[in-house]
Amino acid sequence: MTRTRTAALVGNPNAGKSALFNALTGARQKIANYPGVTVERKAGRISLPSGESIELLDLPGSYSFDATSPDEEVTRKVVMGDLDGQDQPDVLIIVLDAANIEQHLVFAQEVIELGIPTIAALNMVDLAERDGLTLDADALAGALGVPVIPTVAVRRKGLAQLTEAIADAEKQREEHPNPEPKPHLTLPERRLAAGNIAKAAILSETAERRFHHGLDGVLLHPWLGPPILFVLLFVIFQAVFAWATPFADGLEAGVSAISAWVSSTFPQNFFRDLITEGLLAGVGSVVVFLPQIIILFAFILVMEATGYMARAAFVMDRLMASVGLSGRSFIPLLSSFACAIPGIMATRSIADPKDRLTTILIAPLMTCSARLPVYLIIIAAVIPERQIAPLIGLQGLVMFLLYLAGIVGAVLVALVLRRTVTAGRASGFIMELPRYQLPRLSDLAIGLWQRAWVFLRRAGTIIFAATVVLWLLLTFPKADIGESQLDASYAGQISAVVQPVFDPIGFNQEMTLALVPAMAAREVAVSSLATTYAVDSDDESEAEEALKEQIAARWSLPTALAFLAWFVFAPQCISTIAVARRETNGWKWPMFMVGYLFALAYVFAGLTYWVAVWAGL
Amino acid sequence: MDLAPTTLDRIARGKRATITRVHWEDLAPEEAKRLRALGLDVGARVAVAHRGVFGTSDPIALMVGRMTIAVRKVHASAMEVDPS
Repeated sequence: MTRTRTAALVGNPNAGKSALFNALTGARQKIANYPGVTVERKAGRISLPSGESIELLDLPGSYSFDATSPDEEVTRKVVMGDLDGQDQPDVLIIVLDAANIEQHLVFAQEVIELGIPTIAALNMVDLAERDGLTLDADALAGALGVPVIPTVAVRRKGLAQLTEAIADAEKQREEHPNPEPKPHLTLPERRLAAGNIAKAAILSETAERRFHHGLDGVLLHPWLGPPILFVLLFVIFQAVFAWATPFADGLEAGVSAISAWVSSTFPQNFFRDLITEGLLAGVGSVVVFLPQIIILFAFILVMEATGYMARAAFVMDRLMASVGLSGRSFIPLLSSFACAIPGIMATRSIADPKDRLTTILIAPLMTCSARLPVYLIIIAAVIPERQIAPLIGLQGLVMFLLYLAGIVGAVLVALVLRRTVTAGRASGFIMELPRYQLPRLSDLAIGLWQRAWVFLRRAGTIIFAATVVLWLLLTFPKADIGESQLDASYAGQISAVVQPVFDPIGFNQEMTLALVPAMAAREVAVSSLATTYAVDSDDESEAEEALKEQIAARWSLPTALAFLAWFVFAPQCISTIAVARRETNGWKWPMFMVGYLFALAYVFAGLTYWVAVWAGL
Repeated sequence: MDLAPTTLDRIARGKRATITRVHWEDLAPEEAKRLRALGLDVGARVAVAHRGVFGTSDPIALMVGRMTIAVRKVHASAMEVDPS
């Protein structure tokens, strides 16, 4: 059997590569990492007219092979065949934004010079025409010496022609297996040539893009832009809580119904308890947060797909500069509100290494969605539900303060880091602001599905395993009559050992116990509390009481507040540490991160506890 | 007559200028590379589209050809321009 042939999509950022990739591969795509680096390897399969199928890679956007950021470096290595474990692509598809052809032709020439069979996809021709720009694809093909296929990825236009061209180019590669590099031009020469090629290919052109300028006039307005962004951020957080509630309630009811059905259908034995107390109480309590996560990611994906995310970075740049970062860090930090892992991975687009390191180190301070379950359950249990002003509820306010504490913490930490361990020259901010675009529903759906799947996979693996192990530790050995199961169990014995460390900051034994599996994934704190109380309850009716009521009955207010404060700075989950290790190439920085977060969490939880006790709460 | 060359950061919003000289030595090599890759180089015709938030003059959004590019004031002040 011959090896799988590979074609790769390359092009400037914002050329519409990913939309083209989605259109060509549909749902048949696989996201993994390149060996040794965390840059996402997006691969899919496409069928050629001959019936054969080849692998299609979507490479990170680049302006040139002279890489300045880690993800551009991956593109260069893959295309040059320098990345171990990844074959050099047999065919390259350079994606050009028709409306910005002059700029995109610069990199196109560099790609074509390599001598690998190349096809140019003249993408988004419809938007260019809407902007009053009509291009002659044949003239472009003549000047570049490669086939040029006009495409509209979002309308699936030109896809068949593109696949045919890939098949032809593939044959060409088989006949001439070794690329013949063409004469090398310098950047100014390429730029000059790009200008001339574009001029010759433009059939008609009207002056400017009024629509985009109009929108930018509002969204980048020095006084209107920032309030618009802040209102949007506020709406996002409102939506995450308010819109998700009915879905979350529905899921919760579903989990309870299944649990009740299992309890009534099967006789009480080891397996029934494992399912109801371990699996359903544990994993179920985490899965109910899926709606929140989907809503947050939906907003982030829409902001990215419309082109607004880059404007948000522009608006935030001045503010970020005051703590020694740039607007570029805003995007990874916003993603970190969903999860620090994609957030840390998104720092790859930050060219400055010190800037990037600082962003990685503070990303875990953004309140990720895994902390949401912890916040929600404890707030619901101990903070009374009452209005303190029109439209402002006390519970919502506490939630807001927790998010704010994370942000303020991140700002202060960044300030300190940029003056000490990551000191360096002031970071710059150079960023293309892409054109506005209407996002395509199916691209959003694919993106959301991938995020939801990652979350559910975590619930089904790490969280499931942690919950079951914890349940076993809690269930054995069996308590004698009159003794609490919690105290008698292995888990209780373990937590009794570390308990003295947490006593001074007001944590009770169940909380200390919850912290250990929470290292696997933060939301496990909730499932582990749920499992602990489910096991600890002697009679059935008490066990069926919601976790909320259990906490309300068992925890004092200062203790609950200290637990919340702990989770603001909480030592992050193991996956985050692992990603930070890969992204910083070593253990030094992840260890530093864990250390400073532990210290902050301990100090702030203690402060919160003692202030609350002193205030008589 | 003003003999000192004007730099891009002093061009008013909405005005155009042509880059005549870039003090690359004042910029970090990686940033210089990126600016050049985006077409901000000698001979480029640019327009200042937006500038700063809340009355500050940083960052600056430039139009180069059909592209909008955000840069910091430090980058713009390293670029001498002919405002005509």
